[in-house]
Amino acid sequence: MRTIDLAVTPLRDLNSELHRQSEGTNEAEWEVLNPRGQHAVAVGVDAPIKVAVRGPVGYYGGGMNKKAVITIHGSAGPGVAENMMSGSVVVKGDASQYAGATGRGGLLVIEGNAASRCGISMKGIDIVVRGNIGHMSAFMAQSGHLVVLGDAGDALGDSIYEAKLFVRGNVKSLGADCIEKEMRPEHHEQLAALLEKAGIKDVKTSEFKRYGSARKLYNFNIDNADAY
Amino acid sequence: MCGIVGLFLKDKALEPRLGELTAQMLATMCERGPDSAGFAVYGSSESGKAKITVQSADADKDFVGLDAALSTAVGSPVSIERKSTHAVLTVPADKAEVARQTIKANHPGVRIMSAGETIEIYKEVGWPTDVSQQFHLRQMSGSHAIGHTRMATESAVTTLGAHPFSTGSDQCLVHNGSLSNHNSLKRKLKHDGMTFETENDSEVAASYLTWRMNQGMNLGQALEKSLDDLDGFFTFVVGTKNGFGVIRDPIACKPAVMAETDQYVAFGSEYRALAGLPGIETARVWEPEPATVYFWER
Repeated sequence: MRTIDLAVTPLRDLNSELHRQSEGTNEAEWEVLNPRGQHAVAVGVDAPIKVAVRGPVGYYGGGMNKKAVITIHGSAGPGVAENMMSGSVVVKGDASQYAGATGRGGLLVIEGNAASRCGISMKGIDIVVRGNIGHMSAFMAQSGHLVVLGDAGDALGDSIYEAKLFVRGNVKSLGADCIEKEMRPEHHEQLAALLEKAGIKDVKTSEFKRYGSARKLYNFNIDNADAY
Repeated sequence: MCGIVGLFLKDKALEPRLGELTAQMLATMCERGPDSAGFAVYGSSESGKAKITVQSADADKDFVGLDAALSTAVGSPVSIERKSTHAVLTVPADKAEVARQTIKANHPGVRIMSAGETIEIYKEVGWPTDVSQQFHLRQMSGSHAIGHTRMATESAVTTLGAHPFSTGSDQCLVHNGSLSNHNSLKRKLKHDGMTFETENDSEVAASYLTWRMNQGMNLGQALEKSLDDLDGFFTFVVGTKNGFGVIRDPIACKPAVMAETDQYVAFGSEYRALAGLPGIETARVWEPEPATVYFWER
């Protein structure tokens, strides 16, 4: 295992070392010490490696991740796993605003709460949050899944496209064009698979409600003007 | 952008370290606000005395004889302690208003940064760590402190445009964000007798809270009201003689993170600002909710 201590090693050295790794690397396990809220820790990794970050990170932790399994043993600042392509990012603490924003693939697990705008403009990423999420989450969410075991804040799924949202707790309010939808057998299956991937065993899929697009705002139609 | 730090001590044992802790918190926020910086420190008070912190662009000239001139004007002894471009004047509490009026009327180069029993405000244009060194923040002690690093958007990069803003006795406010209804609100406040030193939107917010507190509200109630009356983006951290408050607008774009232990309550625009605090590893760390008032009083 390679251990890099950010108290002595500059962040750029850490990230360039991580960027040097590729498929089949011998250095498959990494540990990062003393991140102390620094920005852009372990961003842009493009290799099937494991990175354990011991402590809280600032903006964009694990951003643009491809293939790597990144675990943040602490909380994450704004934009954690932003634009993730594949692999996974696990946050053991809370995440600040716009967690998983614009993500195209991979799995983001937040074991604490996520703040506002979680999954904004998500495009294929799967996000599982054990706690609550803040307002304007899944705004303009295009595809992928957002699973929330706690509550959701105001305006969930505003102007949503085809992302699927599963919320176990209360939804404070739904955004424009977002509606509750029926949980059909295939949705229970999808949700069960997501919970399993996230390592969550203590909840049942029947405890969740599904939300998605009413599909009224895809194209402008004067009859739907009130919905905007 | 802008960076905010705040530290409200519950444990008196930490009071000698207030300046040191605030300085290292402020240093982590330099990139968020490289234009100017400032801080309010709630330090010691002397019974029956008030402190007026003043600033001058030409301190060598303006501060000479200022204490003597004020002593004559108020009819009581006034002492002065100069710190670089700033100075703290100590005046009898019942003469503080006369002293303020005298400074405004007779000393046009001297600007009042703050007035009150315990508050001292220092602010200048420049890189934040340089500003904190200029005034020896590290050596200061006290019960609570609020600091700000500014990246200007709404008005000019000047000493007076730097934060914190103080619009009432022992009150101060720092702001990250921008207000969109500050002009109309300012007209209303002016109509009710509030005065303004700058064109800055944050000064309007500070003045608004003072105006509310003058109506008999406490800081918590004034902050609650601000949610109805202020439009725009804001994360505010506000201090009074005994209080420390935090509020974010309902959209809450401007970042904020807080930590609390048995020893202190701390605020940072980012976790980096909190990373060096004692016991942070086991502190309760959380992101303040939008449109929610957080308020501590000692």
